[in-house]
Amino acid sequence: MELTKEQTHELIARRVAQEFCDGDVVTLGIGLPTKAVSYLPENINIIVQSENGVLGVGTYQDETTSDVHITNAGGVGVTINPGGCCVDSLMSFAMMRGGHIDVTVLGALQVDAEGNLANWCIPGKFTPGMGGAMDLVVGTKRLIVAMEHTAKGAPKILKKCTLPLTAAHKVNMIITEKAVFEILPRGLVLREISPYSSLEDIRLTTDADFEVELR
Amino acid sequence: MVKIITPHEAVQFFSNNQTIMIGGFLNCGVPELVIDELIKTSLSGFTLISNDTGEAYKNRGKLICTGKIKKAIVSHIGTNSETVRLYNEGKIEVDLQPQGSLAERIRADGAGLGGILTPVGIGTEIEKGKQKIMVNNKQYLLETPLHADIALVYATYADKFGNLAFHGSTRNFNVLMPMAADVVIVEAEHLIDEPLSPDEVVVPGIFVDYLIDGGANGAD
Repeated sequence: MELTKEQTHELIARRVAQEFCDGDVVTLGIGLPTKAVSYLPENINIIVQSENGVLGVGTYQDETTSDVHITNAGGVGVTINPGGCCVDSLMSFAMMRGGHIDVTVLGALQVDAEGNLANWCIPGKFTPGMGGAMDLVVGTKRLIVAMEHTAKGAPKILKKCTLPLTAAHKVNMIITEKAVFEILPRGLVLREISPYSSLEDIRLTTDADFEVELR
Repeated sequence: MVKIITPHEAVQFFSNNQTIMIGGFLNCGVPELVIDELIKTSLSGFTLISNDTGEAYKNRGKLICTGKIKKAIVSHIGTNSETVRLYNEGKIEVDLQPQGSLAERIRADGAGLGGILTPVGIGTEIEKGKQKIMVNNKQYLLETPLHADIALVYATYADKFGNLAFHGSTRNFNVLMPMAADVVIVEAEHLIDEPLSPDEVVVPGIFVDYLIDGGANGAD
């Protein structure tokens, strides 16, 4: 069965949401990773940190909560949950670099079997910049890459990243619409196969070698 | 003592090829009034230090689109299609910095430090040409201070002593840039008559030189 883009992203976001523990401080990349908060399991409450300086990000604003001075890192208006607060960029990045974030979820252009991540630059083609991504990945306790398994059919999980790195040896887990991998010191390990994929399919669409140790 | 000026009067402090810091994160907490005056002048060749270059034809983005900026030291340009185009055509220099390192480099200057040691960028292109220093068996990059001729920042509230306070997520770089520039100009959305309570002040007035009334109190 072929999944639409929307279904693919929902599938990934739902699986990402299973990784959070109650009380975790979590930072989510713009786009797909941010969708994970919509699928939190019951009784799991997390504190979402946004790099522009919001701790305790709530929902998107509506007519009753509209305030142009409160946005997330994507510039979208958000509310702040009870107990949340606003900080400056120094404090925001101290939280990240200083190891105070439990889980970070980011998208990737490429990720490899050594836990390297590339998500800020395609030389000569696309250079949006790293924003806060480099600081985020260095300090976080756990780094999950959430992304589509391939880009226009080409593998994104590689033996070795070819694009400029965001960080070296930092990724702990990769979640795609096809699979969940863990990255251990010995290499890439396949932990789960999605109902919409198969081991053969994953082998065909993954450039990196991996061990199969399903949970 | 802090002086209250108009956006037009602020233009006198600018000259060609200066380094200017501008506060804000995308469209949140950005000073806009002086930018609108600057684009009317023939001044150019600025080096911009800011978190990002905003969006094309909006606040900081206007400086890019009118060719005022020679070089941008920022963490992200992807939201401004004009910056991306000029960069790809080699018409603007872009020095991309990890956002946390950018913030700390500004603070280092303002706090009288010779730089900061950060693990961010180790093993990436960012480490090129930078000194690596081992501390307790861990490797760090030496990132040097960033200073500006002028810092142009936003505040939600300012009193006439130049003390600043902020609402929501507008603090971002606005809180640190006033420490790291020769001339500090603040656009205060609310310029208030009564002094802010000492407990409310986020940026002490001693860092501020000039205040511009953003007019939200209708006090013009």
